[in-house]
Amino acid sequence: MHSNPPRLADRFLQFFCAPHLLEEVQGDLHEEFEYQVKHVGARRARWRYWRDVLGFFQPRYIKRKSSQYPQTYLFSLNMLRNYFKIAVRNLLKHKGYSFINIFGLATGMAVAILIGLWIYDELSFNTYHKNYDRIGQVMTLINHERDGLGHNHSMPYPLSTELAINYRSHFKHLVKASWVQDYILSTGEKKLSRKGQFMDQEAPEMLSLTMIYGSWSGLQDPYSILLSASTAKALFGDIDPTNKPLRLNNKVDVKVTGVYEDLPLNTQFHSREFFGPFELWVTQNPWIKERALQDWSNHFLTIYAEIKPNDTFENVSSIIKNAELKNLANYKEQAAQNPQVFLQPMSKWHLYGFSRGVPDTEPMRMVWIVGIIGAFVLLLACINFMNLSTARSEKRAKEVGVRKAIGSVRGQLINQFFSESFLIVVLAFILALLLVLPILPWFNNIAEKQLTVLWANPYFWLFSLSFILITGLLAGSYPALYLSSFQPVKVLKGTFRVGRFASIPRQVLVVTQFTVSVTLIISTVIIVRQIQIAKNRSVGYTRDGLIMLQMKSDDFYGKYDVLRAELKKTGAVYEMSQSMGAVTNLASGNQGFEWKGGDPEEQFGTLAVTHEHGKTVDWQFVQGRDFSRDFPGDSSGLIINEAAAKLMNLEHPVGEPVRWTWWRNNKVLDYKILGVIKNMVMESPYDAIEPTVFYIKGHNGGVNFINIKINPAVSASVAIPKIEAVFKKIVPSVPFDYKFVDEEYNTKFKAEERIGKLATFFAILAIFISCLGLFGLASFVAEQRTKEIGIRKVLGATVANLWQLLSKDFVVLVIISCLIAAPISYYFMNEWLQKYTYRTEISWWIFAASAAGALTITLLTVSFQAIKAALMNPVKSLKTE
Amino acid sequence: MKRTYLGEFEEIVLLAVAVLNGQAYGVLLMHEIIEQTDRSVRLNQVHSALQRLEEKGMVRSEMGEPTNERGGRRKRLFSVTAFGQRTLQEIQEVRASFWERMANPLKLTMPI
Repeated sequence: MHSNPPRLADRFLQFFCAPHLLEEVQGDLHEEFEYQVKHVGARRARWRYWRDVLGFFQPRYIKRKSSQYPQTYLFSLNMLRNYFKIAVRNLLKHKGYSFINIFGLATGMAVAILIGLWIYDELSFNTYHKNYDRIGQVMTLINHERDGLGHNHSMPYPLSTELAINYRSHFKHLVKASWVQDYILSTGEKKLSRKGQFMDQEAPEMLSLTMIYGSWSGLQDPYSILLSASTAKALFGDIDPTNKPLRLNNKVDVKVTGVYEDLPLNTQFHSREFFGPFELWVTQNPWIKERALQDWSNHFLTIYAEIKPNDTFENVSSIIKNAELKNLANYKEQAAQNPQVFLQPMSKWHLYGFSRGVPDTEPMRMVWIVGIIGAFVLLLACINFMNLSTARSEKRAKEVGVRKAIGSVRGQLINQFFSESFLIVVLAFILALLLVLPILPWFNNIAEKQLTVLWANPYFWLFSLSFILITGLLAGSYPALYLSSFQPVKVLKGTFRVGRFASIPRQVLVVTQFTVSVTLIISTVIIVRQIQIAKNRSVGYTRDGLIMLQMKSDDFYGKYDVLRAELKKTGAVYEMSQSMGAVTNLASGNQGFEWKGGDPEEQFGTLAVTHEHGKTVDWQFVQGRDFSRDFPGDSSGLIINEAAAKLMNLEHPVGEPVRWTWWRNNKVLDYKILGVIKNMVMESPYDAIEPTVFYIKGHNGGVNFINIKINPAVSASVAIPKIEAVFKKIVPSVPFDYKFVDEEYNTKFKAEERIGKLATFFAILAIFISCLGLFGLASFVAEQRTKEIGIRKVLGATVANLWQLLSKDFVVLVIISCLIAAPISYYFMNEWLQKYTYRTEISWWIFAASAAGALTITLLTVSFQAIKAALMNPVKSLKTE
Repeated sequence: MKRTYLGEFEEIVLLAVAVLNGQAYGVLLMHEIIEQTDRSVRLNQVHSALQRLEEKGMVRSEMGEPTNERGGRRKRLFSVTAFGQRTLQEIQEVRASFWERMANPLKLTMPI
């Protein structure tokens, strides 16, 4: 049997051996192989063959014979200079194309820069703190048999004691903190309402606050306060305020012990405008010492911790896991939740939250989506560049031919086209930076960020550089590799024709572009409709001329009647009421209600109001009547909303008795239903309405908001000063800090409006960039077919015929894009809408309208060139050469 | 001494080329050397030696006719140049003169 040497070994030899040696070496090897097959057998001969081949794997045989011709240097300075010269001349010669190329690319890059900055901001959240890697928040994972999984951010007070006594060695710092709340800060005549938090004295060091005045030890004195720079400025001006006295909530006097640099917007602690000592908070809230110190069922503390430098969060979490559970012998209800204590690292606070006990992927998904959209917009711009370059390749084919004929090698041509594309990319990048500067404030406004171009950040430049490199390669690769492959003979003879299928990749790219654009358009329309439908939802109360203010100080209480009487006396006020929580917020919810056939496990929104609340917010009755001071029995009356009526499933709800048993101490309150009102949108306008009950007196605390309905006959600008004057007179210690309900209500749409605005922004840009490219392509096609059009015209074609001829191709492409985009956008938007209970339908007309819109824009873009070409005088176009 | 230095292996290869007289090429030389010296020689060593010898101008080479057993590939046939011949002769003379001056010529059967 004839056997051959191992093919792989042969291949390897052919790969490494210098060509001028290959023949003799391979011949000898094969001859030796034949010899060995005869002497030792095929198997061993193969092994020997391998051994022999590897024997030749040394420099002597690998080194190629140097050519007898001088080497062409790929990076000669002269040639590079020449490339740039030619590139600049080309740019100047075809100003229109250059503009489309550079401007389109710059727009795409500007978007990519903005998105890059946004993503950087999101990912660098909280990194302002030097101990970022080691700070964590103590949380518990609860797993209740009935209610399922959940996370608790608030801790019972004794847990902090437990950690401080038995686990202190595992922490560098352990910091108790109050909840964040508005406080009134006053000095002399100046009064301000600012958010603040009370924390243990180690907090400034743990958070590595940058102190402008004072030091990190500023919270040691229980009557001290640290102010943020902007708060200090608002209160004291530009002077050093240390040791100045300050009054908190008109009750306690504290001393300013330091001023720290404002925490940037991308930190969790940004909202705190001052820090106070935790002890002060405890002394100001006597119930803590009275009831909470040993109560494992009262969750109200936030606990922050910094772990030791060499420790890990996993390790500490596993150690403190049972710190709560082991103390719950006397708390059956709490123990049933099986709370597992753990540390949530600071790096996860912003983007890795929890929702119903499982990690919430929504914020991270948002980062991804935005990133992908940015990448797509950049891709669109690159596609333009590639398309225009390849489309114009025929124009430059002659140049390639000449260059090749006079000795240019392919590598040089590749260099040339890459240097050309890099020139354009660098120009586009500079333009993009210039575009970003004016857009940034506007973008910050929409995205609610404080983004700045990171001029001094080396990573920014590193990123930009790689960005230029990647874009240059991406955008330049196709023309560079394609143009340089032209054969000079064919090109120069003029027999060079781009094949029938040469335009296929271009068409695929155009389809890609428009698919992205149309998908974005459809998505935008759906987002905007979703916002609209929620805005048009009937709210159930009147927001116009309604203002509210929180009763932040004890000074407000007990003055209801005086205040109401004085306000009404001004004539500017139609009615005033007080309520639990703001009108735009369902502040409280409870179980324990019993009615005919009812289930005490059902959850109701539970809100205390005063008698005049209905008149103030103008709620609308379906059945029954409002609270009235004329009937003393109304203090145990109940007004329910339609959702509650539906849940209670009573035939005639009015007059039915309802009993409310308080879960903590089994106290009972008996009510009678007075009336049923239309549903009021108090929570998210996208959600179903919670069944809610209103009463004058309940178990769950009292009213804490004042609502004032301005007299419709008086304008707000006239009414507000009058109202303020009344407040100054009756509650002089507190700043008149009011909000318009309609403004507050509109903030509910903020998140969605932001997405809507950003989506619109991206969609417009995408379609703009795509059309820019299409415009370039159309003008190119029109130019290319000048002669054909001339002949057709001579033979009698009308302008309409020619317009149709030139537009048809593009319209077909856009229709294909629409067909692809429709299912894609349906899939994604349907998924997005799932998170809203109250949502819009995705109806067919949205797709039809978007497609029609895209087609119209396309036709407008293309028609300009088509009609221009069709109107040309055939004599002129036929004479051109 | 002016002449170019020759390694021991190179010398043997050069001798083998001389013996084969115009028909010398890689594999044949290898087999010849294995037969004569009884040591294991590898093809790449022979090729390297031939290349070095050619660089030193002691052999010259030309491509032969294609043969079937090598899959139609040509052999590179080596022959000794005049310089190579003279070098071999000089080596031989140097050795001969040493042997002559030796008082007691060594027995060829040396005790091991």
